[in-house]
Amino acid sequence: MTTSRSVTLLDYGMCNMLNVARAFERAGADLKVTDDPRDAAVADRLVVPGVGAFADSMVEVTRRGHGDAIRAFAETGRPLFGICVGMQILFEGSEEFGDSPGLGVIAGRVMAVPAQTTAGVPQRVPHIGWNELLIPPSRNTWDGTIMQSHVSKAPAVYFVHSFVPHPADPRDRLADFDYGGHRLCAAIKRDNITATQFHPERSGDVGLALLGSFIGS
Amino acid sequence: MSNLRIIPRLDIKGKNLIKGVQLEGLRVMGDPNEFALRYYEAGADELVFMDIVASLYGRNNLSDIISRAADQVFIPITVGGGIRSTDDARHILRSGADKVAINTAAVARPALISEIAHHFGSQAMVLSIEAKQVAPGRWEVFTDNGRERTGLDVLEWAVQGVSLGAGEILLTSVDREGTRKGFDVDLIRKVSDAVTVPVIASGGMGTLDHFVAAATTGRADAVSMAHVLHYKTLALGEIRARALSEGLGVRQI
Repeated sequence: MTTSRSVTLLDYGMCNMLNVARAFERAGADLKVTDDPRDAAVADRLVVPGVGAFADSMVEVTRRGHGDAIRAFAETGRPLFGICVGMQILFEGSEEFGDSPGLGVIAGRVMAVPAQTTAGVPQRVPHIGWNELLIPPSRNTWDGTIMQSHVSKAPAVYFVHSFVPHPADPRDRLADFDYGGHRLCAAIKRDNITATQFHPERSGDVGLALLGSFIGS
Repeated sequence: MSNLRIIPRLDIKGKNLIKGVQLEGLRVMGDPNEFALRYYEAGADELVFMDIVASLYGRNNLSDIISRAADQVFIPITVGGGIRSTDDARHILRSGADKVAINTAAVARPALISEIAHHFGSQAMVLSIEAKQVAPGRWEVFTDNGRERTGLDVLEWAVQGVSLGAGEILLTSVDREGTRKGFDVDLIRKVSDAVTVPVIASGGMGTLDHFVAAATTGRADAVSMAHVLHYKTLALGEIRARALSEGLGVRQI
């Protein structure tokens, strides 16, 4: 816990970076955007944004030396936040384009969004739209997480993705969502690490409130 | 499935929000950013901006409008009109758009769909299709705001566009656009059944019944409307309430 509202946003050439920056500023962050891994090392809070393809993102993250910076930051105990592909690369790997290794900060793998409902009916992929967040069976409360206080009942947030992470440890699941009867992972929390498959920067007031909670953590 | 999305559409000419009325031409409605902010605050799920003139001279106006919208609006923004290359797409995305919608340039060179999907992800590549009925159960793709024929069949083009990497389809009926006589529900249903990606229905909404028909019979994943909102014939809250009363899942504000 720190009293500053300082947030460092890691830029690795992703197109939605500016919109993530705008949302954090609107949520009250004292924001710094950097592509220098040394800035990440001294950050009070680190945000890894993302959109697009897993493998491309890993290439950029690695090329810029961000992979080691993110791993090292995760060890400091200071708050780390990943968004969409910025969440996915924290996992051990993804089946997108065959098999791509991730950073391995969180145990588990990233897999395709199911193309059929649990009843066997074809459903849309990419999954695009607003879905309600659900408390996972592995936890009975959102107290002590960014979901606390601002999020009293099931809020809808904006998703756009074709792949979704499957945490190996169910206790890492912070929020789920339902897609065609499949209960999928919408957000994770493990110690100082929080990450969302949905886009808080695109989820209106609910999303801004979540970012505000992170800034206050 | 996801909640049905309600998407205000803002057609832009130069600095102005305009509304095209079929056979009547264009009417200036005002500052697009004022409308965008109003719709965001009223609970729009996304916004679509379309530069309907898309002249090279007006491009700075468009990116300025998008940039100002992105400062105020924290929902997804799709931008179309005059995007002809990955550089154009990058410029618009960097201005604050989440997705680009491409029609004319994709018809001229379908590989552009794959290039944009590769660079920015399929989720950022919306295939915009302007469809005009040419025979019972048959629609042709038009470009340049419904002015130019292409000879392409809408269903075949939609399937091809998805196979090339389009992550979503914005489907506009040229016949219904600006008429307020209702969506071309048959067209929406045919395209919706033909592709695996989400379909946004656009063109012709005049009443709440039209909205319901596009979502139920048409199986649209999202419904776009302009006239009824710009002229305050309907409010976003009314549309949302009607959807809920029909048992259609929408985001609860």
